[in-house]
Amino acid sequence: MDPFQNFRGVIAPLDRSNIDTDQIIPKQFLKSVKRTGFGESLFFDWRYLADSNPDPDFVLCHDPFQHAEILVVGNNFGCGSSREHAVWAVLQFGFKCVIAPARGNGHDRVPGFADIFSNNSVKNGLLTIELSEAEVNSIFETVAGSPGAEASVDLASQTVTIHGTSDRVLSFEIDGASKETLLKGLDEIALTLQSEAEIAAFEQNHETYLP
Amino acid sequence: MAQTLFEKIWNRHVVQEFDDGTTLLYVDRHLVHEVTSPQAFEGLRLTGRLARKPELTFATMDHNVPTTADRGTILDPVSKAQMDALSTNCEEFGVQLYGLGHDRQGIVHIIGPELGITLPGLTMVCGDSHTSTHGAFGTLAFGIGTSEVEHVLATQTLRQKKPQTFRVTFTGSLSEGATAKDMVLKLIGTIGVAGGTGYVIEYAGDAIRDLSMEGRMTVCNMTIEAGARAGMIAPDEKTFDFIAQIDRPFAPKGEALERAVANWQTLPTEDGAEFHRELEVDASQIAPQVTWGTNPGMVTDVTGKIPDPQDVPGCNPNDVQKALEYMGLEVGKAITDLSVDTVFIGSCTNARMEDLRRAAKVLDGRKVSDSVRLLVVPGSADIRREAEDEGLDKIFTGAGGEWRFAGCSMCLGMNPDQLKPRERCASTSNRNFEGRQGKGGRTHLVSPEMAAAAAIEGHFVDIRDWMKE
Repeated sequence: MDPFQNFRGVIAPLDRSNIDTDQIIPKQFLKSVKRTGFGESLFFDWRYLADSNPDPDFVLCHDPFQHAEILVVGNNFGCGSSREHAVWAVLQFGFKCVIAPARGNGHDRVPGFADIFSNNSVKNGLLTIELSEAEVNSIFETVAGSPGAEASVDLASQTVTIHGTSDRVLSFEIDGASKETLLKGLDEIALTLQSEAEIAAFEQNHETYLP
Repeated sequence: MAQTLFEKIWNRHVVQEFDDGTTLLYVDRHLVHEVTSPQAFEGLRLTGRLARKPELTFATMDHNVPTTADRGTILDPVSKAQMDALSTNCEEFGVQLYGLGHDRQGIVHIIGPELGITLPGLTMVCGDSHTSTHGAFGTLAFGIGTSEVEHVLATQTLRQKKPQTFRVTFTGSLSEGATAKDMVLKLIGTIGVAGGTGYVIEYAGDAIRDLSMEGRMTVCNMTIEAGARAGMIAPDEKTFDFIAQIDRPFAPKGEALERAVANWQTLPTEDGAEFHRELEVDASQIAPQVTWGTNPGMVTDVTGKIPDPQDVPGCNPNDVQKALEYMGLEVGKAITDLSVDTVFIGSCTNARMEDLRRAAKVLDGRKVSDSVRLLVVPGSADIRREAEDEGLDKIFTGAGGEWRFAGCSMCLGMNPDQLKPRERCASTSNRNFEGRQGKGGRTHLVSPEMAAAAAIEGHFVDIRDWMKE
């Protein structure tokens, strides 16, 4: 995996909550045995009309969003199926980062991203950023007022800078393990294979109940 | 300190803990199907890695397989290529495969328990979010992505952040007409589709203890629809009896089973153990549930109405509006006034013997409405045989339904069983997402008996009314 590079890119807004992985990449595209070729099918049912032409009402079908690199969405993005194809489709469209809001506190907290989608993202170099609802709403407002607005993402300093008449710098949290994996582009399997001695020792004393 | 079921299993599987807060966790059982595994096997091939413990991985074909009698010939070349890839990969890497035509083939989450692969106290993963099903046995079981499938094949471990714990206690007893499906739909409606994110949910309480293993699997299966990767239920005599049945080739037998049971009896959560979150639900108040929207949290009692977008707690009004437009529903319409075109009884949620028996009981001596297509799809080849031995197939076909072969079928349209645009379906599956059962299809999730009753009347009915007669 390539290390995550800081970048500046166009923001595409898609203000819906609970966008499930069936919407991100519908079932018929999961029949591929490859890891590539999913970008064109991202959000397929929303993006294309019955006659297979792009739906002009869908945000990613027109300039300047066709070349967007930052996707901003509602909370609980990527819920549902564990299909990693969803992450591949987001990346292969050209996105390098997805931003979603967390809402509420304590037991009522609704996260920006579903668990399995977040895990899959890190393993493929896609950065998922959780911001507050107010911050994400402000990004939606910026883009509504100025389509094509850009932002700069800096993973090391954990900031997103929204560019406009005056730049706004927003900070985000990320766990240390995910940050390191992304920054170094780590191959997690190679890393775990360094624990071969520990795994072998564990297996010596572990019952798996296989007849 | 008193420990929870989850903590005991987690602690027994820690290989190594790292400074960044992650844990290398040993994986005891790995299930594989044709959709999420080809890129993982290809990854091993490209890096020259082998499967570390191929005897702990088990494969089946379920998502792509047709369910009609002529299914030996796969007409869709892309589906066929994916199924062929699984056969080749299993052979090359030494993985046992229960492929199309095998007499134990079936939906991955149904054959795991049937074959005795699923056992209490184990860790279990699969590249499929409904792996949570296996938690019904007191197993820590969760869905993973394809990169993690490759990681498990290569290392028999996963690097994980420890989740938090959430106990949901269903007190009291279910009333007649309410089922395990209604319990879990009610829970999702209560905490929302993201309400369980970051947690492992343990289900407890009398209403859970009263459920059969089938019912427990239904509840754990849909835990992911609340955002929690794993649901668990402490093993008890029902669990041990299920495992002790004769046709479970991978379960321990005789003395080995006795030793295992003695160990498994130490698993349940101890008195005084603390959870990060607790919730009590009064099971006696749960009515049959019907989803009306485009995620499983958009659900109401069968006596309910299509809600106003402004009045749905926890949902953005715009999202509800979009859902109602997609579903073709008017605000204020009674659920029981919704007509259905197709009824699907099947999926890893509700395609086990108990589900089929419950549906058959409703359909026995009745006829499916002329305007309805009824599909009954058993979860495994085993279940198909057992249902036929009991004569259930005759009840389904006698009522005018179709009796199919095992597979995921219409739960997700990766095989020929699909809804047409705007078709409305009463479905015993787990996801009412847009397009899930076929582009433009409109899914309402219900229990098997509610689905069967809708097939007869051509619209939703309150199954409890039939039980009073």
